[in-house]
Amino acid sequence: MQKFSGLELLRRALGGHKSWQPQWRNPDPKPEYDAVIIGAGGHGLAAAYYLAKEHGITRVAVLERGWLGGGNTGRNTTIVRSNYLFDESAALYEHSVKLWEGLSQDINYNVMYSARGVLMLAHNIHDVQSFKRHVHANRLNGVDNEWLTAEQCKEFCPPLNISSMRYPILGGALQRRGGTARHDAVAWGFARAADARGVDIIQNCEVTGIRRGADGAVEGVETSRGFIRTKKIGVSAAGHTSVVMAMAGVRMPLESYPLQALVSEPVKPAFPTVVMSNTIHAYISQSDKGEMVIGAGTDAYTSYSQRGALHITTHTLDAICELVPQFRRLRMLRNWGGIVDVTPDRSPIIAKTPVPGLYVNCGWGTGGFKATPGSGNVFAHTIAKDAPHPINAPFTLERFRDGFLIDEAAAAAVAH
Amino acid sequence: MLIITCPWCGARPELEFRYGGEAHIARPADPSTLTDEEWADFLYNRTNPKGLHAERWRHVHGCGRFFNAVRDTVSDFFVVTYKAGETRPDIAGDQAK
Ligand SMILES: Cc1cc2nc3c(=O)[nH]c(=O)nc-3n(C[C@H](O)[C@H](O)[C@H](O)COP(=O)(O)OP(=O)(O)OC[C@H]3O[C@@H](n4cnc5c(N)ncnc54)[C@H](O)[C@@H]3O)c2cc1C
Ligand SMILES: [Zn+2]
Repeated sequence: MQKFSGLELLRRALGGHKSWQPQWRNPDPKPEYDAVIIGAGGHGLAAAYYLAKEHGITRVAVLERGWLGGGNTGRNTTIVRSNYLFDESAALYEHSVKLWEGLSQDINYNVMYSARGVLMLAHNIHDVQSFKRHVHANRLNGVDNEWLTAEQCKEFCPPLNISSMRYPILGGALQRRGGTARHDAVAWGFARAADARGVDIIQNCEVTGIRRGADGAVEGVETSRGFIRTKKIGVSAAGHTSVVMAMAGVRMPLESYPLQALVSEPVKPAFPTVVMSNTIHAYISQSDKGEMVIGAGTDAYTSYSQRGALHITTHTLDAICELVPQFRRLRMLRNWGGIVDVTPDRSPIIAKTPVPGLYVNCGWGTGGFKATPGSGNVFAHTIAKDAPHPINAPFTLERFRDGFLIDEAAAAAVAH
Repeated sequence: MLIITCPWCGARPELEFRYGGEAHIARPADPSTLTDEEWADFLYNRTNPKGLHAERWRHVHGCGRFFNAVRDTVSDFFVVTYKAGETRPDIAGDQAK
């Protein structure tokens, strides 16, 4: 792997940038691997990277039906935070935030992690009480999160209109270590780092079947590029998890919904932080290119269409024009949708399955980008050891059978 | 926005409706006889197909009634809507039948 550094950049610039090598190989699938990951989103690529780096398992393939990072990883609004209510969630998301903080160094790729703060707005008494409860719970878990009055919100983020008639701001919960990262760089950086350790990333290779032996254990995957033998399969297919798991006969507690985002024309730095409003399904931050990146809500119905309805985005934009009046003059450039896999308790599943050799990482719904490094890290552990890491041990499939839900649905309401 | 045909009122915009999830999931007559697996399957597991999906809708801002629909979850095209209580219609190529 060619190492990236300022000096290297300078050196190659002198040669007109002609000597850079491709960041990863484009290999043909081998007949057999020690582990196969389905889905080259951030989560799948991170799992492959940590399998190689921390567990010495390098005969790994990541199979991707489209192009790497073309799923939700490349479609999300990149908000990173860890101020979740329950102990189990706080531990999982905090593990991830800690990895974000050193990730660019670790994988020698600038993922542009920007801890500019994430401010969640409270618009009604219920929000105020629930956010304060989060602040206290987070403090006990050693996760930073503080309560700001409406005036302090305005001071922290001056473009906010705190006296809106329609959506009054009663205060907010601020996690200063939260922020954003560059979505594509996360996929590319993990791909490059995994490839450098010997992982084969195979794009345009759709998994169409999971083959199981007489004992029920997995034997390999059928793909659009032929059969690939393996004893360990890690499913990391986000919105398509139900479809892939059905190939092994496993029913999942998941529903797939379209979730939308949009960006404005680029403007000068005008918005210093990330602002979220769960109550009105609006999320805003400004990208380094200058675009306002806006997240909307999910459609009401399940779908694989990868596009959402217009009235969902207009609802979000109505609210944003109220919250940040100066944005009324912005023009929107593009909007798009991703398909998110939602669990009944809005917490992920990172676990073994009833099928020996089959592991699943899913259910991240509207909020799994923030967990990319942490999730990949504990998923790799689960696959390598055939047992969960203590951090993901509570996030089983069986929690729905046994009644141990991690009910962030009630705690955080809609999106993250 | 989808245009949805209520079996009683006809074609109306999606905003008049509320989605009700997968259809034809009957509450077990005697829950106490179920294993934990069966109960969890009833409560939480969903087919979530990529393709034809039988689902409930309710015309909340209209007649107020529940009905069922078969919709293609790739194109969002409604193949048919039918009254609650009726069986899932026969549709060519419907793998779930
Ligand atoms: C509009 C939008 C905004 C969001 N905003 C945020 C946010 O602000 N913060 C946050 O934390 N999260 C956010 N999320 C959620 C976040 O994007 C996801 O939880 C996360 O990116 C999931 O990563 P992944 O790697 O699991 O999935 P993906 O990146 O979707 O990767 C899964 C991959 O599996 C592949 N695949 C599927 N089926 C097969 C098959 N049969 N064979 C081979 N490959 C297959 C897909 O092509 C895809 O590339 C948002 C999502 C959307 C859609
Ligand atoms: Zn009606």
